[in-house]
Amino acid sequence: MQETLEKILQTYHESEGNVISLLQEIEESFGYLPEDAINWFSEQLDIPPSRFYGIATFYAQFHLKPRGENIITACCGTACHVKGAEKLINSLMRELQIPSGEDTSEDRKFTVEKVNCVGACSIAPVVIINKEVHGKMTADRLMKEIRKIK
Amino acid sequence: MAMQEGSIVVKVCMGTGGIAAGGAAVVSAFREEFESAGVRASVEKNCSVHNVGCRGFCARDVLVDVIVGGEKTTYEYIKSDMVPRIVEEHILQGRPIEEWVVKEDYHTFHEKQVKVVLSDCGEVDPEDIESYVGRGGYSALEKVLATMTPEETIGLIKDSGLRGRGGAGFPAGLKWEFARKAAGEPKYLICNADEGDPGAFMDRSIIEGNPHSVIEGMVIGAYAIGARKGYVYIRAEYPLAVERLQIALDQARRRRVLGDDIGGRGFDFDIRIKLGAGAFVCGEETALIASIEGNRGMPRAKPPFPAQKGLWGKPTVINNVETLANVPYIVRNGAGWFAQFGTEKSKGTKVFALTGKVKNSGLIEVPLGISLREIIYDIGGGIEGGRRLKAVQTGGPSGGCITNEMIDIAVDYESLAKAGSIVGSGGMVVMDETDCMVNIAKYFLEFTQAESCGKCVPCRIGTKRLLEILQRITDGRGRPGDVELLEKLSNDVRSASLCGLGQTAPNPVLSTLRYFRNEYEAHIHEKRCPAGVCKNLLTYSILEEFCKGCTMCARVCPAGAIVGEKKKPHKIIEEICVKCGACFEICKFKAVKKG
Amino acid sequence: MVSITIDGRRVKVREGATILQASRENDIYIPTLCDDPRLEPYGGCRLCLVQIKGMARPVTACTTPVSEGMIVETTNDEIEDLRRTIVELLLSDHPNDCMVCEKAGDCTLQELAYFYNIRKNRFYGERRQYAERDGNPFIERDMEKCILCGKCVRVCSEVQGVSAIEIAYRGFSAKVCPPFEKDLDCEFCGQCVSVCPTGALMGKLSMGKGRQKDIEKVESVCPYCGCGCNITLHVARNEVIRVSSRPDSLNEGWLCVKGRFGFKFNSSPDRLKHPLIKRNGRFEEASWDEALDYVAQRLGEIKDRYGADAIAGLSSARCTNEENYLFQKFMRAAVGTNNVDHCARY
Repeated sequence: MQETLEKILQTYHESEGNVISLLQEIEESFGYLPEDAINWFSEQLDIPPSRFYGIATFYAQFHLKPRGENIITACCGTACHVKGAEKLINSLMRELQIPSGEDTSEDRKFTVEKVNCVGACSIAPVVIINKEVHGKMTADRLMKEIRKIK
Repeated sequence: MAMQEGSIVVKVCMGTGGIAAGGAAVVSAFREEFESAGVRASVEKNCSVHNVGCRGFCARDVLVDVIVGGEKTTYEYIKSDMVPRIVEEHILQGRPIEEWVVKEDYHTFHEKQVKVVLSDCGEVDPEDIESYVGRGGYSALEKVLATMTPEETIGLIKDSGLRGRGGAGFPAGLKWEFARKAAGEPKYLICNADEGDPGAFMDRSIIEGNPHSVIEGMVIGAYAIGARKGYVYIRAEYPLAVERLQIALDQARRRRVLGDDIGGRGFDFDIRIKLGAGAFVCGEETALIASIEGNRGMPRAKPPFPAQKGLWGKPTVINNVETLANVPYIVRNGAGWFAQFGTEKSKGTKVFALTGKVKNSGLIEVPLGISLREIIYDIGGGIEGGRRLKAVQTGGPSGGCITNEMIDIAVDYESLAKAGSIVGSGGMVVMDETDCMVNIAKYFLEFTQAESCGKCVPCRIGTKRLLEILQRITDGRGRPGDVELLEKLSNDVRSASLCGLGQTAPNPVLSTLRYFRNEYEAHIHEKRCPAGVCKNLLTYSILEEFCKGCTMCARVCPAGAIVGEKKKPHKIIEEICVKCGACFEICKFKAVKKG
Repeated sequence: MVSITIDGRRVKVREGATILQASRENDIYIPTLCDDPRLEPYGGCRLCLVQIKGMARPVTACTTPVSEGMIVETTNDEIEDLRRTIVELLLSDHPNDCMVCEKAGDCTLQELAYFYNIRKNRFYGERRQYAERDGNPFIERDMEKCILCGKCVRVCSEVQGVSAIEIAYRGFSAKVCPPFEKDLDCEFCGQCVSVCPTGALMGKLSMGKGRQKDIEKVESVCPYCGCGCNITLHVARNEVIRVSSRPDSLNEGWLCVKGRFGFKFNSSPDRLKHPLIKRNGRFEEASWDEALDYVAQRLGEIKDRYGADAIAGLSSARCTNEENYLFQKFMRAAVGTNNVDHCARY
């Protein structure tokens, strides 16, 4: 972990001291923002941890808890909404047995997240499974895709 | 890799839509065919496969152009396993495969469009600067640097009448002039690619399809205002656009149209990419600046305007992607050429994302002032399933709706504003009689409420209360007086909020109240959703005379609410029914009644 | 100087002033919740909205600078209507438990509710609920009462330079909290408590010690160090229950942890109230005359026997400058030695 942190610290200096870029690097490396990492950077850079926390909780991209191995992102843009995104999400939550109010299954294999319009409206509804965009999704097809990686 | 005359060129749509439909597999299938089958040898021509960006009609992806001897044939819905037949019959034998070729509507979709910003999208290879240069790219920059002063450049943009394409429609040339004249060094130019309006994806498509037009526009803008440094603030949710932009920036630097001493004319300007981290409010200028500075994206009061005090307190111009992408074409063809499109006050073309219940959904570019009817019926091909148009929502969560009765309205900044809507970033969602306007207003409020930064009271609590009122109306718990309360609070949130997000968030409510007040009243007083959308106000039942007892509905019901014996009419137990509509959709005999 | 018109009055104000500053200087009241003249303008509460002639929408007086010829209206039916909506919205997400709230009687939100005569609220709905309590020893943080004016965050960063707290999350879920929402761990200067307009931040030591109306305010000077900060003792039933400081004092109302929260000694039963003289190995209470006579006598004896330099004096930073001056004067002139020092050595 230490090695990764040091490396990120380097890029921080290169990106003109941008705290958000730094947090993006941490998120990219660990899949979430570990508290220890934040505190370490806070000390190294003499930036109050409160500032990191304020930013981390402001932007939707950052997560403070570890996430699932597989990330399923359902677009909730207008077009996807009109074409039944909610139904897809409900069926996903049922299939993966994710308790209501949570976004990650108990075995941490799956995280289901909603995202604002990904800008692929003409192929709505859109679901992104591990960074791969799937358009014109149906509940049936979605379940097939999920079972492939389950 | 310029596309030569007499060669065989295949262009595969590789925008986000194209890739999702399997574009990458199509590309490699073509490559494989060309190499392994010895196609090159047998036709004795140079065969090449190019990735091109979105051409707007993503619903038909993967779209493939096959150009043989200058003759272009466009195929639609192409999958990789269809490629060998195309190569065999079309390329080798010279017989295009008629049944796969795009139909009439593909052409009508394009006929009424006027492409300026999108003119090279779908034609150039976005990952190859030479392909852009081959079509006249960067000649505008050369012209500006060689023959024009910054003031002349600003004058040209002012004369063209180009207005900001991100939402508010502020004259772009004027904005440049403010920054040029503002005291303070260094100055900054920011390209706002934080396209957040749900349903709008023109900025993504422009960057994915022709990133160099944005870069060229930025360099020209920087020259005009005197900026040395620029940023593209782009959503991290657009990974493909980010990747292509990065490639384009690197190529532009190598070609010396970006960086130090551009074109050998002593002008320095460089661009960095800043990734957004997922906050819609960062599309607002002051919040965007806060975010680039590495803070919570909370807006601040204007004045001072960014053109006076922007990034790091210095004069800063923030232009939207589409605005900047227009610039090279205006410089190349002249202000008068650009101003010939559009209306008196709304010049040029605008890209709209046409989605919803329209037959041909996709990205379109039309001259401002075109009638909504032409967009929906000529370009869009009319309403899906032959249903009746109810309204068109324009401008996303900051906009409003245009009703069926107003279909002949001219689509420009002034006319839409007069009708209580906006051009905005160009979202255009077509709704038919099966769409509930209260539900649509609730959807947009849900979005803005979740995206409120929380700094000011009217937006933080006001949008929450608005949403709650809408929620109870759609749940059937609406009370007399709710419509008036909704209207009053909407107006107050609009007047009292700090930034554009809060000031425009109530627009979808106000606009639907203006034109569809009766729908609100039906929900409240009759506990009825006229469009049959709001779950709590619906009941599903099975019509005995149509039910064949096929058991499909009982099997698909997630709640086990449907009972009945095989081959005998089934019944829905209302108390158990969760109103998911699965039975309604699966029934082949139209025996499930919704209402 | 620029001339502007506020509510029909022509006034001259300094260039660069905000409309709010200009109005205050001319005794024109504009309600605010997030403004503090000592902090950077924020523009969040929107109560100070005013109408400027020629502008389409109302603007916040706290962030808008004056300009020559500006015509400002600080109140009219529309503006008051907006303010009323804002107060109602705030109250719709507030516990409204004024009956038991420590801040009652000194709460700006309560005052505004009174001013706008808000008996029935048009708005209702979800209220933020925070079950967890902050376990720190000094500052009671009741975030359900927080109106997100951001003053505590600004004072902590702009004045104190600590940034122990920040606004986290966004929108309706926005919340002022320490990093990772742990218990507050800071200098506990309590500046945040002093600027909070509601009962969201209160001194723990004062809780339940008396209502605002029962308090007698006594102006004093902080005894802890030579800075001599002005303090206001809040006395109830002859006991100091809270210490505050006026913004117009020399220390601008800012105090440190000792000045603000270190007042318990005042009513401690262990506190020395009479001189003690050790006799036969035990301290015995004595009168001041008795004690001073005893000290003078013993100093005289030591000086006679061993010389003045056998005596040294150590003074305290808790004394005033005048007292410290007198003490060294006494040591040098009366005792006759330079052996004098002081714990903070001014």
